[in-house]
Amino acid sequence: MAQIFHRSTNFIARFSIYSALFLAALALLVIATVARSPYMTNQNIAREQPVQFSHKHHVGDDGLDCRYCHTSVETSAVAGVPPTKTSMNCHSLLFNNSEYLEPVRESFRSGKSIEWVKIHRLPDFVYFNHSIHVNKGVGCSTCHGQINQMPLVWQASSLQMEWCLACHRDAGANLRPKSEIFNMDWKPAANQTELGRLLAEKYNLRSVAELTSCSTCHR
Amino acid sequence: MHTRDPIHGHDHKNGHEPEHEAGDDGVHEFPLDLAAVRARLASSPGKEHWRSLEELAADPHFEELLHREFPRQASEWDDSLDRRGFLRLMGASLALAGLSGCGRAPEETIVPYVKNPEGLTLGKPLFYATAMTFGADAMGLLVESHEGRPTKIEGNPDHPSSLGATDAFAQAAVLGLYDPDRSQVVTHLGEISSWGTFQAEATAIATALKAQGGAGLRLLSGSVTSPTLVAQVAALLKQFPQAKWHQWEPAGSDGAREGGKLAYGRYVNTVYHPEKADVILSLDADFLGSGPGHVRYAKEFFRRRNPGRGGLLAEYGVKPMNRLYVVEPTPSVTGAAADHRLPLRMSEIELFARALAGKLGLGGLAVLPGKLGEWLDAAAADLQKHRGASLIVAGECQPAEVHALAQAINQALGNAGKTLDYTEPVEAQPVHHIESLRALCTDMYDGKVDTLLILGGNPGYDAPHDFAFVEKLKKVRVAIRLGAYADETSDYCHWHIPEAHFLESWSDARAFDGTISIVQPLIAPLYQGKTAHEVIGAFSDKPGQTSYDLVREHWKTLDVGGGFEKSWRKVLNDGVVPGTALPSIHPLLKWNPASLPPVKTAPPDELEFIFRPDPGVFDGRFANNGWLQELPRPLTKLTWDNAALVSPATAEKLGLGHRIASRGGEHGQVRADLVDIELFGSKVTAATWTVPGQADGVITLPLGYGRSKAGHTGTNKGFNAYAVRASWGLWAATGGKIAATGADYPLACTQYHFNMEGRELVRAAPLEEFHRHPNFAQEKGEAPPKELTLYKEYEYPGYAWGMAIDLSKCFGCNACVVACQSENNIPVVGKDQVMRGREMHWIRIDRYYASPSQETGLENPDAYFQPVTCQQCENAPCELVCPVGATVHSAEGLNDMVYNRCVGTRYCSNNCPYKVRRFNFLRFQDWETPSLKLMRNPEVTVRSRGVMEKCTYCVQRINNTRIEAEEDNNRKIRDGEIVTACEAACPAEAIVFGNANDANSRVARLKAQSRNYTILGELNTRPRTSYLAAVRNPNPALEPPGKTETEKR
Repeated sequence: MAQIFHRSTNFIARFSIYSALFLAALALLVIATVARSPYMTNQNIAREQPVQFSHKHHVGDDGLDCRYCHTSVETSAVAGVPPTKTSMNCHSLLFNNSEYLEPVRESFRSGKSIEWVKIHRLPDFVYFNHSIHVNKGVGCSTCHGQINQMPLVWQASSLQMEWCLACHRDAGANLRPKSEIFNMDWKPAANQTELGRLLAEKYNLRSVAELTSCSTCHR
Repeated sequence: MHTRDPIHGHDHKNGHEPEHEAGDDGVHEFPLDLAAVRARLASSPGKEHWRSLEELAADPHFEELLHREFPRQASEWDDSLDRRGFLRLMGASLALAGLSGCGRAPEETIVPYVKNPEGLTLGKPLFYATAMTFGADAMGLLVESHEGRPTKIEGNPDHPSSLGATDAFAQAAVLGLYDPDRSQVVTHLGEISSWGTFQAEATAIATALKAQGGAGLRLLSGSVTSPTLVAQVAALLKQFPQAKWHQWEPAGSDGAREGGKLAYGRYVNTVYHPEKADVILSLDADFLGSGPGHVRYAKEFFRRRNPGRGGLLAEYGVKPMNRLYVVEPTPSVTGAAADHRLPLRMSEIELFARALAGKLGLGGLAVLPGKLGEWLDAAAADLQKHRGASLIVAGECQPAEVHALAQAINQALGNAGKTLDYTEPVEAQPVHHIESLRALCTDMYDGKVDTLLILGGNPGYDAPHDFAFVEKLKKVRVAIRLGAYADETSDYCHWHIPEAHFLESWSDARAFDGTISIVQPLIAPLYQGKTAHEVIGAFSDKPGQTSYDLVREHWKTLDVGGGFEKSWRKVLNDGVVPGTALPSIHPLLKWNPASLPPVKTAPPDELEFIFRPDPGVFDGRFANNGWLQELPRPLTKLTWDNAALVSPATAEKLGLGHRIASRGGEHGQVRADLVDIELFGSKVTAATWTVPGQADGVITLPLGYGRSKAGHTGTNKGFNAYAVRASWGLWAATGGKIAATGADYPLACTQYHFNMEGRELVRAAPLEEFHRHPNFAQEKGEAPPKELTLYKEYEYPGYAWGMAIDLSKCFGCNACVVACQSENNIPVVGKDQVMRGREMHWIRIDRYYASPSQETGLENPDAYFQPVTCQQCENAPCELVCPVGATVHSAEGLNDMVYNRCVGTRYCSNNCPYKVRRFNFLRFQDWETPSLKLMRNPEVTVRSRGVMEKCTYCVQRINNTRIEAEEDNNRKIRDGEIVTACEAACPAEAIVFGNANDANSRVARLKAQSRNYTILGELNTRPRTSYLAAVRNPNPALEPPGKTETEKR
């Protein structure tokens, strides 16, 4: 009885199997890349805001402290987006005729809040707490980047869980003395490994096992 | 799915109704064989503790239920959707599911304040003191507010009614506030109107009334303790001298009021001090579970339930264990906590009280027959022995004579001034409510009522049927109703004004001992609600004043130091006005029990019908509260319905019963026989439920159900007991008829849910036995060696969270269940889903019965309660089987549940020996209704469908406290700093949470006690939650000989 399939079929079969495997691997790679890409994470994408507020100007040029506006960053889970009143503290006198500031004045007059576009958005099942990070030597710029150089704010980090965990597994790499928390230009020291270890001890950091328990962030 | 609902007698389509009638395919009914139950009880050794009659009967069908946690085919699609439709839907949802899972995160906005409110730190909750009025009592509360939204209620430790604890009603009040069914607009003749229009109308009415001196003006309210409101009413009555004020509380206690009057010739208020009493006798009083001051009384009572041994007692300054005797016709939580309980018919309670009075030399008859006499003798001797340290409490539902007898006996035992005090009444104007309502109805009938102001309440639904309140209401020219819901009463009123919830109102209120609290709002009225102050104010000389103005004006002379403004802030902050508890008075007994006419007891063969407020919806006011509807009632474990309760013997006699109607192993659907109850010419059809411990010949009809206009949640649930409640038989009636209709009705009963293979989980012993064998609880279970596990040991160098639950103290009040529901955003699932065993409560309270002797058998078993939550095992079976790592061990020993990882395999739950995991089968949480979004605790994830969830030991509270402690110079968390929601709510202080690694913590000290044991410890799960065995303190003179634990073993 003659063979049903020609010998070349072997090649076709092998080729299809390998290409299928290759394509599957490629697809996984594409998915993984896309999932980590700024398209999905919004990393590095500056957003239009209802008011053209520039952190670069206020922090970089004027030298305002973060806490002038984000008042609860040291005591609460949320850093706090300032109320309109905070803007008006200065801008009832400075640039009080500026067209750019009209939405602020309008909000103050009408009592209606300005609706800012949220840049750093964590999923609802993640419970991040600003105060504990600030109190344990994690500076603003570690997660938020150099805000003092951002005219419109963008998200400097991916905010994905692997990024969170990288730090929770090796917090020392990002710890700085508490005096440097609000320093936007702080860079890891040359002896960061050593410094991190010392700071972790000084600030009584919890163990890696504790910091990476699921309920540390999820509840 | 149209079902014929036999109770309401009409067809309707309702999501909570069962979809299959008996006899449908797949539904099998298993009748309960009471004879088998008795036989089994008689044949020793029987099972020591049992939860349901079926379990005791070793019903093979029940066994099948045991072996399946989730019903067979639980996840099957059993709606009547054909295959094609199903495939079409599935195709669409698969395509959508694939897309929705990978989408980009939606854009969100941040909406900051324009001006920051004073004192608010964003992201941190604030607590405000306020008070919840309830009849003639008010409970002081601390309410948690997240950026202006009240989300959780805690007790106010400084308030005498609370001492930091709460009850289920108070816990459920936040749902009441956000209830979307509350009435939202002023209506006039059913048309939308406005407060302004009403105000104008009120002024016109007031002017017209003034000319006639107020003749024709009537006020109807519940019990009023608010000093401001009382002053307003007084001013109104002065302005309109011929106006009259009537009061009606359907579940209030005329007996207590009139009993005081009978004994002392005047109204008095009785304040008990259970902590000072060594021996307590309750004459049908559920003083731990309901009535004024019950949370306080429970706190005090259970502080005396520490069964420590002699030396230990002195060492810790703990007073010896008290003893509680209860006689009652129908089981209550107080009866369940009793050391000796005796079921008596309602009419026999008075006989018993008289006999006791006789025994103590107060005159009258002193002999009771047989066993009853022995019981009485023992109790009387015990009371005699503890003169000045004993206490008699008469029940809210008991007639004046019993209350007067209790007063006389207390006086005779020298208890007055020691274990109880008298004060002036807490109510501003105590009246005989039924007479007050009768007078109003007569006047309405005679056409004497021109304008009727109904402040709260719901008389159109809950007035005695012989008053025909609604018919008479039609004769009133203008009826004005202030009510939270447009309900049965509003239907017949010309004006309906939405009533502000207490969390939206300014007011004031007195507690059971007279202490005044200012009620302050947590939120502006959601639906433009008005308070009684504002409605009365509308008729006054100065209309248009807000409640805030009125209350402040009333208190303008307040000075507790530093002038008014400072004092005002202080009393608002503290939640109590200092020094306002009523001083004790010493009334003289002006009555001799011997002067009572001969007692009239119902003939023994005649059925006695008694009425009781339902433990869930009370008198009907909470009918639309899903949390309370779905709350398994402490003893019957029924949800979403009431049922006529009968004793096993009476059920047999009348041929009544219930059958498990399991569909493929589902838990919870029970089909109960329907009966027609005829009383005083009025009829109602009710489902029946057999309750061990019920007095024979007594049928309990729980009030508060069968509402025809309660809202989406409460309408047409259960049967309306008010339909057969007459003014001459408010609490008990005889001469009724009961007849099985032949039909049955599905009830959702959770006592068949989440069973634990019938193992001995509750361990109990009498005090004497405990003293002889302190380790009895531990000896009952085996503790496997630590190394008997294949898995790596976890180490807990830091904190090791643990919990100890004292079964001597838990009395099944359910406060923890609702507290947990509120704290952890737990959804309500509805009756249909409860009947499928899908209720979501993270904490359940198992109720066990035990029959220490044959004679107590089914008629009067002991009852024990065991709250079961996730046991947070150190060797957790659930963690090992999760294929996606959604449940994992934390470094502090919690079994973390990661909702966003869970894919819903339910392996964890199948492998959990404690059956404490809850699967969100459908999207039970309401994600659409805006007001309910405000209610959620922002600290806890709102779970979706397809996700397993369970108790986390309130990990949000642990984390927040830990962060606070670490920010405070990295100090250690102090013992008692973290309080779980259940622990905070518990009135008995039965639940203690803390760091088990710290040998000095309360929880570690409790775990070191000899009564400490873990449930199913033999599985080497090493649970972090342990239980302290229940110890009861029976009177040796009454203990049946030869039945102690040791001898049985």
